Amino acid sequence: MSKILNTGNGACAMAVKAAKVDIIAAYPITPQTSIAEKLAAYVAQGEMDAKYLPVESEHSVMSASAAASAAGARTFTATSSQGLLYMHEVLHYTAGGRLPLVIANVNRAICAPWCLYVDHQDAVSQRDTGWIQFFVSTIQEIYDTILLAYKVTEQIEIPVMVNYDGFLLSHSMMPFEPADQALVDAFLPAYEPNWRLHPQWGGTFGNVAPADEYTAHRRRLAEDLEKAKELIESEARNFQDLIGRWHGGLLDWQGPGDAEVLLVSMGSMASEVQLAVQLLERHGIRAAGLRIRVFRPFPREALARIIPAGAKVLVFDRNHAYGTGGGALLSEIKAALYDRRDNIQITGRVMGVGGEDLPASLLASQALEMWEELNR
Amino acid sequence: MNQSTNPSAHPFRQPLARGMTGAAGLTGGWRLQRPVLDPAKCNGCLLCWILCPDGVVAKDTRAIDYEYCKGCGICARECPRKAITMVKESDYEQNS
Repeated sequence: MSKILNTGNGACAMAVKAAKVDIIAAYPITPQTSIAEKLAAYVAQGEMDAKYLPVESEHSVMSASAAASAAGARTFTATSSQGLLYMHEVLHYTAGGRLPLVIANVNRAICAPWCLYVDHQDAVSQRDTGWIQFFVSTIQEIYDTILLAYKVTEQIEIPVMVNYDGFLLSHSMMPFEPADQALVDAFLPAYEPNWRLHPQWGGTFGNVAPADEYTAHRRRLAEDLEKAKELIESEARNFQDLIGRWHGGLLDWQGPGDAEVLLVSMGSMASEVQLAVQLLERHGIRAAGLRIRVFRPFPREALARIIPAGAKVLVFDRNHAYGTGGGALLSEIKAALYDRRDNIQITGRVMGVGGEDLPASLLASQALEMWEELNR
Repeated sequence: MNQSTNPSAHPFRQPLARGMTGAAGLTGGWRLQRPVLDPAKCNGCLLCWILCPDGVVAKDTRAIDYEYCKGCGICARECPRKAITMVKESDYEQNS
């Protein structure tokens, strides 16, 4: 199929349409709104055979989505920032309920103070809800990851959040290639749930559980999140075989394979990091970008395998993990590499919060500062 | 959830359950007052059978299952013939 020009939100809506979603519940919030608008238009114009529910809040959005998923519908919604925070309670419920769902979260800073621009605080503060979290870096990857997300969520029965940067990806245009509908249908056949909430089934969902059953149920969720890593990688390979595109499995190493300085980031920042790596080369520093594509489940094993002994790891966080002295990614990377006990040095910076512009020159100069700190 | 004590062995990953008698043990022990039916006053209208939230009134005999009756008193309050009286468990035990 030939390339077209569209925004990230336009590409997202096209992927949802191609996935033949049954139910969309949504509530407007910047910078997500144009996804919901486009999907409402598809449904109203008969281009999509789906039900669109314009509910009264994000809490109701996620509640309606949970019910739709439990009833066996392929379900989609999108939100940002405060909207995601308002869903928080039901995010836990849908993960614990093992309900297949896909949400596009268009990353935006959270209040206070009020801010419309990108950072990852909204998604990072949902990291312990039990959801799978992707962070993507191009408009092509938005389109492809929405399709992958359905393939994953319907097998492992854990909801999936596809995160992409507000305005930088949601509202700017890039050429990208949609997939032929026949190929999408081959990759993602009609949803056949293992179980659905229906009067004929005649039981209850989410009833009271005593400690032993609750413990085992929650442990199973934790274990299945670990299993999701292998599933995501294998389905990403299936996607590549069928549709021909690859964005990395859990991680995406961008740059020379023998680099010993790694610039770790998530989201669209990773594209700019590739340019920063070239600037560092001029200073004689052999660096590469390491993009974390899946933040939950965190790719501990893949990281420990891929990072060479003696590496200097420079982490760029677009969020604060308040009270830890840095961002969430820094703590995660340190924890993932601790068991190796070889001479890996790790440091980080919180940058790009509230939409702060991150040109390659700034990333390179910050990387250089961190590199010098580690060499002291 | 009453499927088994090992959810990992369940065919479904969702937190599913089916209702069953005695899932929370014998709840008659929660009762402070006991509904006592006077068969002489009862005309068999079955309002108590319809309204009982625990389903402990037998439809045919109107016998109350005290193993599970929690003593909420709805039956006594709603009985149009005042055929059901709530008796303190302590008094009932002393008198019987």
